[in-house]
Amino acid sequence: MVPTKTAMDIGSRARHFDKIQSIIEEYGATESALIPILQKVQAEYRYLPEEILTFVATALQLPPATVYGVATFYAQFSLEPKGKYVVRVCDGTACHVRKNAALIAALKKRLGLADGETTTEDMRFTLEIVSCIGACALAPAIVIDGKVHGQMTAEKAIKALDELEAAEKEEK
Amino acid sequence: MGYITIDGVKTPINDKKNLLEVIRESGVDLPTFCYNSELSVYGACRMCIVEIEGRGLQAACSTPPEDGMVVKINTPATMRIRRMALELLLSNHHGNCQTCDKNMHCRLQELADRLGVKTVRFEESRELLPVETTNQSIVRDPNKCILCGDCVRMCKEIQGIGVLDFAGRGSNVQVTPAFGKELKEVECVFCGQCASVCPTGALTIKNKVDEVWKAIHNPDKMVVVQIAPAVRAAIALEYGITDGEHAMSKTVTALRRIGFDKVYDTSFTADLCTVEEATEFLGRVAEGKRLPHFTSCCPAWVKLCEQLYPNYLNNLSTCKSPQQMFGSLVKKLLSERHNIDRKNIYLVSVMPCTAKKFEAERPEFSVDGNPDVDAVLSSQELIRMIDQSGVKLTELPLDSLDLPFGFKTGAGIIFGASGGVAEAVLRLAAAKDETDNQIIEFKEVRGLEGVKEASVNLDGTTIKLAVISGLANVQRVMDKLQKGEVYYDIIEVMACRGGCIGGGGQPLPNDMAAREIRKDVLYNCDAMQPLHNAANNPYVKEAYATLLQKPNSAVAHKLLHTSYHSRRRITGEQVQLSRTESKKKLCVAVCVGTNCYLKGSYDTLQKLSALAQEAGLADRLDFKATFCFERCKKSPNVKVGETIHGEVTPDTAETFFRETVIPALEGRETVATEA
Repeated sequence: MVPTKTAMDIGSRARHFDKIQSIIEEYGATESALIPILQKVQAEYRYLPEEILTFVATALQLPPATVYGVATFYAQFSLEPKGKYVVRVCDGTACHVRKNAALIAALKKRLGLADGETTTEDMRFTLEIVSCIGACALAPAIVIDGKVHGQMTAEKAIKALDELEAAEKEEK
Repeated sequence: MGYITIDGVKTPINDKKNLLEVIRESGVDLPTFCYNSELSVYGACRMCIVEIEGRGLQAACSTPPEDGMVVKINTPATMRIRRMALELLLSNHHGNCQTCDKNMHCRLQELADRLGVKTVRFEESRELLPVETTNQSIVRDPNKCILCGDCVRMCKEIQGIGVLDFAGRGSNVQVTPAFGKELKEVECVFCGQCASVCPTGALTIKNKVDEVWKAIHNPDKMVVVQIAPAVRAAIALEYGITDGEHAMSKTVTALRRIGFDKVYDTSFTADLCTVEEATEFLGRVAEGKRLPHFTSCCPAWVKLCEQLYPNYLNNLSTCKSPQQMFGSLVKKLLSERHNIDRKNIYLVSVMPCTAKKFEAERPEFSVDGNPDVDAVLSSQELIRMIDQSGVKLTELPLDSLDLPFGFKTGAGIIFGASGGVAEAVLRLAAAKDETDNQIIEFKEVRGLEGVKEASVNLDGTTIKLAVISGLANVQRVMDKLQKGEVYYDIIEVMACRGGCIGGGGQPLPNDMAAREIRKDVLYNCDAMQPLHNAANNPYVKEAYATLLQKPNSAVAHKLLHTSYHSRRRITGEQVQLSRTESKKKLCVAVCVGTNCYLKGSYDTLQKLSALAQEAGLADRLDFKATFCFERCKKSPNVKVGETIHGEVTPDTAETFFRETVIPALEGRETVATEA
């Protein structure tokens, strides 16, 4: 059974809240450790839940508004739950002129994302449009689960996603 | 001692910390939005851009002056940049000026006019965001924010709270409370200092003027007004009247013309408060209990104490603030004397304060749903109301306040300045007998300084006192107090620097220079009164003779005293730690709010969780981490089922598990079996 969004959400909290305190202890409960702590929290959760940010603020004795400010400043942090796999489509100048728009449309269709949606309902994929990733020679480029795929076409991108899903099934 | 040359004029640096200060001292009002001499330098608005020989264009606020510097203020480049920056700010600002609360008082409007920006070439492209009007004190309109950050730095640096901060990035930056919540959902104490420094209409005072007009126009209502001590100082400064007595007399005439039936002085209940609080304090000293004694006149401080220092709630004076004593006592007495239902008495307070609006709506300050104070107007709103009526205050004849609640001693008046409450209490305690009416001046507690200390000898007992204003200063002293580094017998706290004279409801500018003048107005008023010891107020004596019996009597407690409760800092949800499927499961929620966390509640949680594993009960217990049950005095708190248990420290966790959690689980089992 595919877990529903809420069940998965609660499940992930149950698994990871335990680690928050050890993450804070690892970096030390000081203001200067805030960013590394948030990075590690995000690595555990795939996003920064509000309750956890309040908890981090409490532990570091910072105003929650300050922690919220830092969490919303950096593009690497997300306050919304992200999918298991993050697909980043580069929208830098080179990729843009190499027609990444078609690529984005095809990926959205493959993932069943409506306008404004970024994460699939089963919490497996998140699609992000990002600024230049520095792979202009390979334009248009996308990053799937941290791996750069260059000279993309709609067909190649969809194939990459299909392969990822097939590999996941095999693991199970 | 160095010199710089400003537009060809040799100007001494005079130890000024930045170029902007040197330029302003030389008589040039170089404009700024984000510079406030009392806050840290931010350097974002670019209004104070100047040309420095050999260095090019620099923001004067963030440039230290150096001997020999040659500076030009108005060059083609600086003027172009200033106008362009202003034009860009205007294009992102929702400019409905005529109907804006800050109309005619807005810095953005003023500078656009002064700098001659006549057109804005860029269209407003942002969608309008909702305006926050849900709390009693402050209105927050993000569409008017120009991101100068003055409010952010005021709240963080001077008040030590940090309710507001920048969030987002680039064109999406906003100044907002955490998680986009509303001010009433976070740790805001409603002191209004943010609104005092906001240059635009982004942060303004919640306006109650129309509600008050409505009551005045209602023939069934007896409309009564009390005026706080610090308001006379604001009126004096605003209308250029040299002394507070004079300003007050004219205000009385204006308020009668507007239609108030009775005009009274909150200083009357400040006298009453002094008598009650001095008795309470001396009682505590005699018993050696509940010390240090904290004053409780300031509602912003009370809220902060409820949020951060639950262990000191017992040390707060139980006296209601003068505003609330007035409401409770005077509504009762007027309804009896005039034989009218208390619901038909509409009591307005004019206060220098925005937190007083919050205080008046605290549920404990009402009788059968009828509030003791019906509406609180800030000094700013009073001035607005006078303006609306068309009455020219300065040209009005003088009039006097109504008796008996318009009569006060000088002690009641100085309540409006930092040190005033402490001095009023000391005067009473130090007076030899009733006939002793010398002003006993306690100069060491006067002035705008944030932390003042003194030792006073009262009949052979040395009393150590601290007088603190500015909530960041308060938190610094509280830290030392909790660590045992300092000790005081009595601590007077006012949230705003300099006390109520600098309250968030006072007219703008509300800077330290204005506060200094207002402070002098109050001490001069004190000097002009016939009486200086609150205990000698004949109408306070009368109130005791006819109703209150004696200070701290049962009836005085009922009418004039209150209690406090701990309060969560921020709204938020529980964090689920485990999820069991068993129907017989029991929920164990451990508080990880600030107070419980600092007392080791996280370790308690870990221990309880480990004990559950050991006992093989993990699948029967549903662990949650939660934020604040508002029972912080007994922290760390753990809720088992529906019952909250206090003081479950990591050390007592094992006993607690054995003696409370397991029996609760067994109880549930029985119920489940029966069902």
